[in-house]
Amino acid sequence: MTQVSDAPAKTRAQISQKTLRTDRWWEQPAIVATLLTIWVTYATVHVFIGKWYWVPQYHYLTPFYSPCVSGECVPGAASLGTWFGHLPPIIPYAVVSLPFVLGFRLSCYYYRRAYYRAFWRAPAACAVREPHQKYTGETRFPLIMQNLHRYFFYMVILISILNTYDVIQAFHGKTGGIGFGLGTLIMLVNVVLLWCYSLSCHSCRHITGGRLKHFSKHPVRYWIWNRISWLNARHMQLAWTTLGTLMLTDLYIWLVAAHVFSDFRFYN
Amino acid sequence: MSYKAALRVWRGDHGRGDLADYAVEVNEGEVVLDVLHRLQATQAGDLAIRWNCKAGKCGSCSMEINGRPRLACMTRMSTFTEDEVLTITPLRTFPVIRDLVTDVSFNYAKARQIPSFTPDPSVGLGEFRMQQADVERSQEFRKCIECYLCQNTCHVIRDHAENENAFAGPRFLMRVAELEMHPADTADRRDIAQDDFGLGFCNITKCCTEVCPEHIKITDNALIPLKERVAGRRYDPLVWLGSKIARRPRSTGTPKVPDNRH
Repeated sequence: MTQVSDAPAKTRAQISQKTLRTDRWWEQPAIVATLLTIWVTYATVHVFIGKWYWVPQYHYLTPFYSPCVSGECVPGAASLGTWFGHLPPIIPYAVVSLPFVLGFRLSCYYYRRAYYRAFWRAPAACAVREPHQKYTGETRFPLIMQNLHRYFFYMVILISILNTYDVIQAFHGKTGGIGFGLGTLIMLVNVVLLWCYSLSCHSCRHITGGRLKHFSKHPVRYWIWNRISWLNARHMQLAWTTLGTLMLTDLYIWLVAAHVFSDFRFYN
Repeated sequence: MSYKAALRVWRGDHGRGDLADYAVEVNEGEVVLDVLHRLQATQAGDLAIRWNCKAGKCGSCSMEINGRPRLACMTRMSTFTEDEVLTITPLRTFPVIRDLVTDVSFNYAKARQIPSFTPDPSVGLGEFRMQQADVERSQEFRKCIECYLCQNTCHVIRDHAENENAFAGPRFLMRVAELEMHPADTADRRDIAQDDFGLGFCNITKCCTEVCPEHIKITDNALIPLKERVAGRRYDPLVWLGSKIARRPRSTGTPKVPDNRH
């Protein structure tokens, strides 16, 4: 490794303040930390609660329990069948999908930025001194595992297909046959946005065309890359919107399943 | 309409110094560099400032204004209230030569370490043709004016000077990405991006993108695509398996960083 010219830190401007910024730089990381904490707390509670995840009249299944593969799943909810017997309460019913969904979000390039800033404060905001003595970034375990993001992406595509199947199932009327209500609409919007979020992923952008050197030799992949790039520019917005729609979908199904209120039906 | 702005300007050399208070006249339409020039002309004749074009294209007048890395010539005084105190300091990541002028030679040393454009030797001069679609990605990176605001704000070296040897900074990782994406470049730069230029240190917090006066999407269009390419070579078990069964041979010829080129 070449030695660069000496630029010893002691000859930098010796300014003791951690930042001279006068704007409200602390606001954004505080908001992000609060929202992520609320979401994770909510999701953790409902994932382990083990009930109010399925509305049998309308075939509404919350995405937090899809696919429901535990032996304790109610029969209609287990669209892929039950893969296990009775699982201990610390294992969620959708144990085969949740680790991948969680891994996808944790290794997502946007969420990495969000939680490195909000929780690890490396840095909390630009030009604000971070509190750590040492920094190795993503060069070592465990953070070097962030490089596996594309594998979580592959798995999430399969899970999105399953979520789409759940929405099709939710077009189910009270008396059988086709029907739809507000729950169906919420599930549909959620799954469309989930697809947009998954396809706007930086790994998807790389796989579909970004890895090429010659766009002109691959016009179809170049066209796809351009479409994905358009979505990718909205990755942050989609990341937050889908957190909101996931929570809304789950909460709506939870409340309908718990008979707090009835589903608003448009047809049947 | 003119008014007197309160300025606190870093004065000193070789890292030693302090903030000095001044009251300087500001006229309508002026930028911070205008006000610093008036300060130099009327009250502090020995104030050192590096500047050149006054048009945001030479990248010389980089400094920190109220703690934010910016070009003084592109920062309008109208963005501040008249009663706001402006604190102006040199770039924090580089050694101070005097007042607001820093020694940015770190960046030139890093630039020299990057193996240059490596075209296919069998293609003669003037024979290679590129389509606009192939050029566009690199063109964005060529907008760089070498102001080094991204280098300055990147916390990897700003807050951890011990990483200066191992980490090239966003500007030069962007150069590696530009060459790696170039259709006529035959070198595989993925290993050196990780091993010699420290791509793994980048935790994509996007400060480089935030401060870029040319609005280059450094993180989204250079650093993350480069991370994905490195992942494909170094951390993708399917690619590794493909290379083992010879269906996807691993590319070779990664140039090494030349030694002792200061």
